[in-house]
Amino acid sequence: MAKKDAPPRWDRKMQQRLARGEFYDRFASLVHGLAHRVLEDDQAADSVTREVFTHVWEHPDAYDPKTGPLRTWVAALTHRLAVQRLRATGTAALTDEDGGASAAELELKVRHASVAARADYIVQSMPAPLRAALDLAYFQRRDYRQTAADLGVTEDEARRRLRLGLQLLSTAHDAGASGAPPEYGGAA
Amino acid sequence: MSGADRFDPGDESAHEKHEDLEGHGGQDGDGKNAEGEPVQNEQGERGSGGPGGPDGGRVPDEGRLRIPTPRASVEDTGLPLPAPADPAPGAAPLALEHPVLKSLLGAWALAACSAEETAAVEEHLGDCGSCADEARRLREAVGLLHPPEPLDLDPGLRTRVLAGCLARRPPRIPVPDWAHAYDAETARLDALLQDFGDAEWHAPVRLRWFDGTATASRRTTVAGVIAHLLAVDGLVATALGLDDPVAGLPADRTASPGTRTEAYWRASHFPPTRSVRTPWRRLSHDIVRTVSFTGGSAGKLAVSYGGTGDGGEIALPLRDAMLDRAFECWVHAEDIAEAVDYPYDPPSPRHLHRMIDLAARMLPLALAERRRAGLATPGPGRHLVPAGTPGRSLRLEIEGNGGGQWLIPLDSPAATTSPDHEVAHVALDGVEFCRLAAGHVPPEEAAAGQVGDREAIRDVLLAAASLSRM
Repeated sequence: MAKKDAPPRWDRKMQQRLARGEFYDRFASLVHGLAHRVLEDDQAADSVTREVFTHVWEHPDAYDPKTGPLRTWVAALTHRLAVQRLRATGTAALTDEDGGASAAELELKVRHASVAARADYIVQSMPAPLRAALDLAYFQRRDYRQTAADLGVTEDEARRRLRLGLQLLSTAHDAGASGAPPEYGGAA
Repeated sequence: MSGADRFDPGDESAHEKHEDLEGHGGQDGDGKNAEGEPVQNEQGERGSGGPGGPDGGRVPDEGRLRIPTPRASVEDTGLPLPAPADPAPGAAPLALEHPVLKSLLGAWALAACSAEETAAVEEHLGDCGSCADEARRLREAVGLLHPPEPLDLDPGLRTRVLAGCLARRPPRIPVPDWAHAYDAETARLDALLQDFGDAEWHAPVRLRWFDGTATASRRTTVAGVIAHLLAVDGLVATALGLDDPVAGLPADRTASPGTRTEAYWRASHFPPTRSVRTPWRRLSHDIVRTVSFTGGSAGKLAVSYGGTGDGGEIALPLRDAMLDRAFECWVHAEDIAEAVDYPYDPPSPRHLHRMIDLAARMLPLALAERRRAGLATPGPGRHLVPAGTPGRSLRLEIEGNGGGQWLIPLDSPAATTSPDHEVAHVALDGVEFCRLAAGHVPPEEAAAGQVGDREAIRDVLLAAASLSRM
């Protein structure tokens, strides 16, 4: 994935792809989806989407392929800008009304939004076999034996995939202090 | 166990997500938490009170466990529950080894074990601290799973984002302005396809066009329409030196759009499926990339549309072929949207204007061809005006966003037009005119305001309809 994402001369290419809309076509739903998970508001997610792509446009060299896949970097950037916005609007709301106690609530909200967005990203990025197993067992309500049969794997393997998938997902809670840009990449 | 139907439409988006994984990451997973609450808070409260999975009714001693009881695996979906595992209640827990119990933790957290296994795992959790820790962690992770909720990305957002970027700094390698409409229309159609499930991909669509005398049609599916667009985009691809998506065409001459489409449909043993989306989108991106790198001068490159009946060849300069492809992409996107009952907007006024302009510029040739074929009335003087001199003209007035006025030479494609020689005036709405040119509105039913030479007007409307093809 890293190789496909980071061709030589990626910085110039990234900008060219963005100019052609390809970069947008590839990442817009990821960006908008994560922003929406954090902000729970269409317009705010639209604004963050614009900010993310504008940032990429203006800083085509900001991404270093050595640090990981492009997709991971885009997700982390989105996360950072979305949390920034959530915090800014939340803080503005605090000064309007009674501050104090609700500052802690805002921190909690930021933290939950962060974890939820990170979990989404992990689910989207985890290996397809793990995702398929979780999908069957959770959303389609198959037990693990049925899941194994549906996927054409042994029951041992189905158990392994379900456990591993959840283990990956549980790292969503491991982000640092509240709202800090998390380490996107654990599951990528 | 009967279990839930794997392809229950209610969960379409859920199973759709694996297919999206490799492509573009998809829009999945961005549903919002139904309650808007932090998820991990809800699971503990829900657990035992949930609609009950296969684990319902056992749970020996909750107080002894330091972890929440299993939650229901699907919230609020109303899906049929799997039949209970039907254990003998109170049966002695299975005697399983620690490694087996550990391997069951994921399935246990998802309430996807048999009742006996669940009981055995929970028995074990009381004694084994490391398993209990992991169990708690995995159970919390289950709370982070969300049914993906398809979110419609506003198609206008793409335009705004790109325009915002370009306004800040022009790109080193810009997309030629004549390729913008194609870029925008393919992106809009791709966005429409984003959340389609199998039902939508196989929804029937009737392709319609005007064959010169009447409306013709051909039945296909949504996937078949995308295959059609892909096959005809191959005309542009081959002109640019890209690989032809259609195999097995005669090498000696260019195949017409219809021939290409039939060849593509025939070449696969099965009717087209959703899998056609990826090659179609890849080709449209490749085309935009290639014309950008080739630069604006490529606009004059000839794109052959195949032979005419009498041995001639129809060709358009690339810049017009790209507009034609953009136009067809929109027209078929509307066909698709109609078939699945989704709303779909017309192109932006700027792009619509270019499409109308292309049709207006092609009218004189279409008119001449119909006249040659005996389908249109000859000129009143029964003679063609010499090339470059003004002849009878028709004023085509297109109303609405993207509209304008065009003078159409009636006597010869080579004649110039002049307001002094105007013999008729037709006024149509822009979108209506495009539907006429797409063969979707019969010429005699086109809602047009008309003044002047009735026959000339009729000929021009028929010529507009005959611009359409499959």
